[in-house]
Amino acid sequence: MILKIFWRLFSFFKRRISSRFFVIALPFTWVLLFFFIPFLLVLKISFSELTVGIPPYLPIMERMGEDVIAFKLNIGNYFYLVWDDLYIRAILNSLGLGALATIACLIIGFPMAYAIARASLKYQTLLLMMVILPFWTSFLIRVYAWIGILSYHGVVNTVLLKLGIIEAPLRLLNTIFSVSIGITYCYLPFMILPIYVSLQKIDPSLLEAAYDLGSRPFRTFWKVTVPLSMPGIISGSLLVFIPSLGEFVIPDLLGGSDTLMIGRVLWNEFFVNRDWPVAGAVAIGMLVFLVFPIVLLQYIQKNVQRDQMGEGGQMNA
Amino acid sequence: MASKSPKRSYKFDPWLDPKNRPYIRIENVSKEFDGTMAVNNLSLSIYQGEFFSILGGSGCGKTTLLRMLAGFETPTSGKIYIDDIDMTTTPPYERPVNMMFQSYALFPHMSVGQNVAFGLKQEKLPKAEIKERVEGVLDLVQMSAFINRMPHQLSGGQRQRVALARSLVKQPKLLLLDEPLASLDKKLKERTQLELVTIQERVGITFIMVSHDQEESMTMSTRIAVMNEGQIKQVGPPHEIYEFPNSRFVADFIGSINMFEGIILEDASDHVIIQSDSMPSELCISHSATIPPGASVTVGVRPEKVKISKMSHGKPDVSYNYTSGIVDDIEYLGDVSIYHVLTANGRRILATLPNLVRLTEQPVTWEDKVYLYWQPENGIVLTV
Repeated sequence: MILKIFWRLFSFFKRRISSRFFVIALPFTWVLLFFFIPFLLVLKISFSELTVGIPPYLPIMERMGEDVIAFKLNIGNYFYLVWDDLYIRAILNSLGLGALATIACLIIGFPMAYAIARASLKYQTLLLMMVILPFWTSFLIRVYAWIGILSYHGVVNTVLLKLGIIEAPLRLLNTIFSVSIGITYCYLPFMILPIYVSLQKIDPSLLEAAYDLGSRPFRTFWKVTVPLSMPGIISGSLLVFIPSLGEFVIPDLLGGSDTLMIGRVLWNEFFVNRDWPVAGAVAIGMLVFLVFPIVLLQYIQKNVQRDQMGEGGQMNA
Repeated sequence: MASKSPKRSYKFDPWLDPKNRPYIRIENVSKEFDGTMAVNNLSLSIYQGEFFSILGGSGCGKTTLLRMLAGFETPTSGKIYIDDIDMTTTPPYERPVNMMFQSYALFPHMSVGQNVAFGLKQEKLPKAEIKERVEGVLDLVQMSAFINRMPHQLSGGQRQRVALARSLVKQPKLLLLDEPLASLDKKLKERTQLELVTIQERVGITFIMVSHDQEESMTMSTRIAVMNEGQIKQVGPPHEIYEFPNSRFVADFIGSINMFEGIILEDASDHVIIQSDSMPSELCISHSATIPPGASVTVGVRPEKVKISKMSHGKPDVSYNYTSGIVDDIEYLGDVSIYHVLTANGRRILATLPNLVRLTEQPVTWEDKVYLYWQPENGIVLTV
């Protein structure tokens, strides 16, 4: 009898669980262990109360008696986020800077990707290598290098002084400007590569067909090249925008004391103030803020893809 | 010929009319790519309303020639005139020329209607006119019902129609077709061939088609130019190219042919006698070749012109153009069969016979000893 049940279970799993299951299970397990469970921990901390001790928060679950367990959810941390406009300003600043960096990356990255995609095959590999090459140096060192370039006695100021364009050194470092430059510089390859891939996939005869039908190069670019590279533009923008929102190293090294970014605020709450519950609330708040642009962009991307490969599309002649 | 019938209209063969000016003139055009001549000093005249084919194997320069007409390539030297206007260096978007691409090159992000309207939008025409013309041309290619479909939702044949509509809608002076039927299956191809010709006659636009498929260009074209190594070997109507090839290359490229090397024995005004080592009889051809005796030439004869008779029935009553051999192989093609006959000196001669009766009932079969012979008017003298 037991054997029979055992056999049934076995054959059930044998039928249901194919090798495909294991392929999918691997990344899911990864996300579960290293994203979802830590996320739940942070969520828990964000609802707890601050205390002096190790760890610096009180448990949210308490045994009150034999059969009673009390949950103490402290939503004060979240009120704090709204009540003190520091956090809102930090998030808005981050969104603005992220958007600025994304647009800057797009403006610089698209022509570069276009040039690489148009270069002869022999040079394409070389040019792509040159885009990827900076990754071989530590991220931190590359950001430090910008300090050397932008500081009072840095390269830019020295050259401008020597040329007589300015009389006193400019304050370039520790400004929003230097942070934007840093983010744009660091995330540029993430914009170039996906755009390059989508440009590369465009059949050259489509451009010829457009010319042949009387469309001049500029118009062809806007009507054919740009729409067909939209998937690359969107994924490149996501790859720049999302990580730049939470960026901490660049604003910390290149930004001034007035450069308010959410990543930096989070760091301060956690390490300087040792207020883990508020830091947790900031982290959760940021996540909620991030989810919106991601969902929105994914929705746009789906629409673009559907227009190009799928269902319908109206004629508007 | 023109003097014999002065009132003759040249509707179907405008190239014969001495008064007619060519519509497209390609003059001494060459195109060099990294030291190789893709097109080599080529001249060609094409007349209005023609369905002209450029036929050649891959790498013969036919696509380069077409791309120069479209404006995607600029000739290294030479001139291209369209309707008497020098278009040699005019960019593609300023030429009154449209092209139908081999890959069809439909814009994947636009619907059928938007694809067809694209060219008209560049002319800044009023919306109502664009709509009307798009609908008209889609009607012509029987694709009206698919106006809102996206290209990926169409079959190969439907895409081909949309591509044709898109290139026709601007009413160009010249329509270029790059292997238009190459990716269609055989049945669809045959149907589309006739449709293309019908549409061409209806719209009256000059068509230039590039093809590697001789059957396709023979069926559709008014004239064919056979190209090889960047040069034109022969230009003429399909039957002329087939029956009177001017070179061994053209004879061999178009259809199959039996060729015999030989030496001219006698060249009279109405016949030529040629002696060939591979033939037991002398070869007689019933037209003058104006070649001095002693010159070496090649005689070609098409397989369907070769007659076959069993040796047991006795020698056919001819004194020239015959040989004998053994049936080595029979290629059964359904409508016809090609008999491969091995002669005593090891030559393989092809003879095509219509299958008037079923193969198993054919009088001639494998290993049969047969005579092969043909009429003097069916041979071709080839000097080059």
